[in-house]
Amino acid sequence: MSASVSHALAVHGSGDARPLRIAFGVMLAFFVLAPAVIYPVFLMKVMCFALFACAFNLLIGFGGLLSFGHAMFLGTAGYVAAYSAKSWGVSPEIAILLATAAAALLGWVAGLLAIRRQGIYFSMITLALAQMVFFFYLQAPFTGGEDGIQAVPRGRLLGLVDLSDMAAMYVFVTAIFVFGFLAIYRIVHSPFGQILKAIRENEPRAISLGYDTDRYKLMAFVLSGTIAGMAGATKSLVFQLASLTDAHWSMSGEVVLMTLVGGLGTIFGPVVGAAIIITMQNYLAQLGAWVTVVQGVIFVVCVLAFRRGVVGEIANLIRKPL
Amino acid sequence: MEIFGVPTQALFGQLLIGLINGSFYALLSLGLAVIFGLLNIINFSHGAQYMMGAFCGYFLLTKLGMGYWWSLLLAPIAVGATGVVVERLMLSRLYKLDHLYGLLLTFGLALIIQGLFRNEFGSSGQPYPIPPELSGGRNLGFMFLPNYRAWVIVASLIVCLGTWYMIERTKLGGYLRAATENPSLVQAFGINVPRMITLTYGFGVGLAALGGVMAAPIYQVSPQMGSDLIIVVFAVVVIGGMGSILGSIVTGFGLGLVEGLTKVFYPEASNTVIFVIMALVLLVKPAGLFGTQK
Repeated sequence: MSASVSHALAVHGSGDARPLRIAFGVMLAFFVLAPAVIYPVFLMKVMCFALFACAFNLLIGFGGLLSFGHAMFLGTAGYVAAYSAKSWGVSPEIAILLATAAAALLGWVAGLLAIRRQGIYFSMITLALAQMVFFFYLQAPFTGGEDGIQAVPRGRLLGLVDLSDMAAMYVFVTAIFVFGFLAIYRIVHSPFGQILKAIRENEPRAISLGYDTDRYKLMAFVLSGTIAGMAGATKSLVFQLASLTDAHWSMSGEVVLMTLVGGLGTIFGPVVGAAIIITMQNYLAQLGAWVTVVQGVIFVVCVLAFRRGVVGEIANLIRKPL
Repeated sequence: MEIFGVPTQALFGQLLIGLINGSFYALLSLGLAVIFGLLNIINFSHGAQYMMGAFCGYFLLTKLGMGYWWSLLLAPIAVGATGVVVERLMLSRLYKLDHLYGLLLTFGLALIIQGLFRNEFGSSGQPYPIPPELSGGRNLGFMFLPNYRAWVIVASLIVCLGTWYMIERTKLGGYLRAATENPSLVQAFGINVPRMITLTYGFGVGLAALGGVMAAPIYQVSPQMGSDLIIVVFAVVVIGGMGSILGSIVTGFGLGLVEGLTKVFYPEASNTVIFVIMALVLLVKPAGLFGTQK
C-alpha cells in the first residue's frame, strides 16, 4: 500500500553522497554561525523540533508508518527530564538519559500495540494511545497538571559546565542535535534501514524474503520514539519547562506538518520544515487561532500540490538524494 | 437503594450519560465507516464537521429564528453540501495516491475549520435551548429521565438502523457495497461511481452534522466540541473494526455504557477507559471485534 508514498519521496539510491556532505556542512555552519544574528533560544528550539521531526521522519519516510501520536514521546521525555532534574536534582546528562530511556520504553509498549494494524489504522491507534498518555499526564500529580513543571534547573553538565550559561547550553544542544541527526542518517543507510525501505515498498515481498517485518517495524518505532524523546528532554531543559502542550495531539500534528513541508523521506527535509514552521509560529504568535488556520492551509496545499516538500523538490531538481 | 455501594440514582444517571455519549460515538463512527468503505480514507475532519452541524443549528436559530426541527433537517444538508464540495475539489485528486494523504488533507481541513470558528467565537460555549416539545422529563421510579435525552438515544438508534437498512437491504446500498468491493467493475455496469463516492462523502459528513445538531442542547456549541471527541471515535472504530455497520453501532453504544460505568466506579479512568479497551482488543483480536483482517 505504501508504494505510492514513494512516488512523492525523493530519489533514493546509494550513488553520490557529495550533495549530502555539502548540505550537512551548510547546516552545521548555519547552526554554528547563526547565534551571532539570531536569538540562541529560538535556534535551540528549532534544533529540538528539527530532531523531533527527523525522528518522526524515520518512521514515515523510511518505514512508511504514519504515526499521529509522536507527541507522547516528546511529552513523556520532557516530563521525565524535568522531574528528575528538579525533584531528584540529577545532572542534565542523566536527566536526558533517563528521559530518553523512558521514551524508548514507551515506544516499545506503544509499538507492540500499534504495529498490529496497518496503514490508516496504525495512525488512528498511535493517536489514541497518545491521547491516553495525555490524559494520564493531565491527572497524574507529578506533572503539575495545567501548570506543568516550571523552573527546571539546567544544572551542571557532568558536574563541570554550568548550563545556565547561554553559550554552554547552545553548544550542548547543538551537540545533541548533531548526534541524533547522524544517528538517524546511520540508521537509514544501514542494512536495517534498507530492509525498512523494502518493507515500506512491499511488505508481503519482504516477508517472502524471510524478514520478520513486525520486528523491523517495532524496532523502527522504538528508535523513532527514543530519538523523539531525546528531543523532548533537551527541549524541557532549554525552556526549563515541561508542559501538557508537548503531549497534546496538536503537537503530533505539528511534527507531521514540519516533515511534510520539509519533505517526507528526505534526510534534511525535517530540519528545514521545522525551521520554517517554528519561524512562522514566531511571527504569527500574536494572531492567536490564525496560526492554526495557517497551519491547516499549509497542510492542504502541501498534500494537494507540494507533496515532495522543500527539500524533496530541490533533490528532484538536482536529481540527487538529500 | 444501592448497587455495589453506589446509589441507584447515580448509577442510572451515569449509565444514561453513557448511553448519550454512546449515541454520538455510534453516529460518528458510522459516518466514518461509511466514508472509509467507499473512499478508503479516514475523515479526520469528521469532528470539525460535527461541530459545524452544531453551529449551523445555532445560526439557524439565532439569525433566522428557525428552531431545532428545521435544524435537524437543514444542518446536515448544508454541512453535507460543503462535504460534497470538499470531495470534488480536493479529495478526488488524492484517490490514486496513498490513503495517508487523505488523512493528512482532512486533518488540515479540521485545523482550518476549528481555527476559523475559534477566531469568531472564542473558546467559550454558546447555549442552545432544548426544543419546547422535548423539555421536561419523566420519573421512571428508579431515576429521572429528561425527555430530550431519551429522544437523542432513540433518534440516534433510528438513524443508525436506518443507515444499516439502506446499506445492507436496498438496491442503492447494494451498488454501494459492490463499489466498495470492486469500483471499476461496478462502473463497467454503467453506474456512475465517482458521483456515488461524492454523495457518500456528503452523506457521511451529513451524519456528523446531524450528530452535532442533536448534541447542541446537551453539550453547548463550541469550536472545539469535536476535536477531542473524534479521537475517542477513532478508538471506537479501531475496537469495532470498520468492516461491519452493525458492529460500529453496537460498539459505539457499548463503549458509551462502559465509559458511564467507569465514571461511577473509578472516575479517574473515565477519560482513558476506551483507549485501554482499544489496547486490550488489539492484543486479543487485532482486527477489531467485528472486523476481518485484510
